[in-house]
Amino acid sequence: MNNQSAVSAIEIRDVVKSYRDVAALKSVSLSIPQGSFFALLGPNGAGKSTLISIIAGLVKADAGHVNILGHDVVSDYADARRLIGLVPQELIDEPFFAIQDLLRIQAGYFGFGQEQWPWIDELLHNLGLWDKRKETMPSLSGGMKRRVLIALALVHKPKVLVLDEPTAGVDIELRLGLWTFIRQLHAQGMTIILTTHYLEEAEQLCEQIAILREGQLLALSSTQALLAAHPWEYIEVTLQGENSVLPEALQASVHRQQANKWVLRLPRGMVRTELVANLQQAGCLLSEMRSIEASLEDVFRAMTSKDLL
Amino acid sequence: MIASYRGFITLCRKEVQRFLSVSVQTVFAPLVSTLLYLLIFGQVMPEGASGFDTLSYHQFLLPGLIMMAMLQNAFSNSSSSLIQSKMYRNLDLLLLSPLSPLAIFLAFVVGAVVRGLMVGIAIAVVASFWVPMPVTHLAWVIVFALLTTMVLGALGFLAGLWADKYDKLAAFQNFVILPLTFLSGVFYSVAILPPVWQTATWLNPFFYMVDGFRYGVLGVSDVSPWLSLAVTFGFMLVLSMVTVSLLARGWKTRR
Repeated sequence: MNNQSAVSAIEIRDVVKSYRDVAALKSVSLSIPQGSFFALLGPNGAGKSTLISIIAGLVKADAGHVNILGHDVVSDYADARRLIGLVPQELIDEPFFAIQDLLRIQAGYFGFGQEQWPWIDELLHNLGLWDKRKETMPSLSGGMKRRVLIALALVHKPKVLVLDEPTAGVDIELRLGLWTFIRQLHAQGMTIILTTHYLEEAEQLCEQIAILREGQLLALSSTQALLAAHPWEYIEVTLQGENSVLPEALQASVHRQQANKWVLRLPRGMVRTELVANLQQAGCLLSEMRSIEASLEDVFRAMTSKDLL
Repeated sequence: MIASYRGFITLCRKEVQRFLSVSVQTVFAPLVSTLLYLLIFGQVMPEGASGFDTLSYHQFLLPGLIMMAMLQNAFSNSSSSLIQSKMYRNLDLLLLSPLSPLAIFLAFVVGAVVRGLMVGIAIAVVASFWVPMPVTHLAWVIVFALLTTMVLGALGFLAGLWADKYDKLAAFQNFVILPLTFLSGVFYSVAILPPVWQTATWLNPFFYMVDGFRYGVLGVSDVSPWLSLAVTFGFMLVLSMVTVSLLARGWKTRR
């Protein structure tokens, strides 16, 4: 491991933030490696956006430190901000300037002049904004505005890109196009940090996942390890006959049901023969039985739902 | 260092382009309204209101009106730019940039100064066709025009920082800026006021800006231009330090 990769893309240490009496973040610490595709997940109000805003410098932490590639976001804010691009969750407007001018102005804030214009044009093309470059934000649809926000976050070619709910309210076609583009950036070495409510997106894209709940870090692991560590396994059982009834002993394990098909949530390691024996003792005729891999959504629900803990 | 300079210049340009893109509202409208003031007040006010025997009331009034327009427009520029950025949420784009609080503050002030001067020069040029305006001390005119637009640009920035909705900003404009402007000796000489109002006027910082500027244009003033310079400069310094410090702390911006 060389020195460059030894430095984390983002290093968060004991970050605390409260809004009046409400604790948004309770001493959160985590490290995001360079070049990773990282998901920050959690239910509404978990503190994701607050943490992201602290990383980007939009919110000041009450205590703790955040470094971006070794640069403190408070004491060394100028260098830290040059290294990060943020796509905020909420849409913005700017009625005075056309999209292309807005991007050039944003690049100018970071010290770039005309030498950055080819990159800005490339962004406009890649994000499907070229035809809209002379228009202003208020004339664009929500999906188009979201693309502009992504372009704005990338004008200075940051090393770390943070996307806060980038696909909220975005149609499927745009979502797929967006992820293709983001994957390209990641392949070029950019660290991507993502919050999303679409957990299948996080599962497909991200190598590492952190889960927050009520301002605390519940889990920090690779996606595979997180799925493997899930204490439950899911088995789909199909019984013969449309009016089949599952034995009483297994009713408590039903995860979901459709006609004569049940998905049972059972403790990992439960012997299958035990399950088959249970069914046979109750006189059930087994038509089919198969194992279903736990999804990130299952893991997420188990970790963030108080009832299941 | 060069990157910071480029960032600052970019924001300055943006602030100027913003108001120029709506120049009918930001430059021509104040020009027309000020000329109307000159026309109406010049007709209805008695000649003695200037307090100076050697000057016609029109001559006395014009520098005051120019100053009033400059300070109101300088204030409007920075305050409305900032509150609009907050309302449209595009202020975040600026806050995500590496620009320092001082650079952000100064760029907004530059925008305010440019608009204030453009309005002031436009009024002076048009009005000079029917009111002679011999400039007695050009250096004082430049100093007070610059300082005043800087002060009001800074004050507008502070008001924009404080206000979280248009209503609050309008209140600041109507209950602070407007009374201070109208009671600053734009329309009359302080010498003709009763003692109580004279004392109240000494406490109004806008009075020193108007009086100093009038000295530069006409060569007459109610107080020494040096006193006016000291008060205006001191006001600007304190205001700038407070505003930059609040911005650096993230007051009303970085939540």
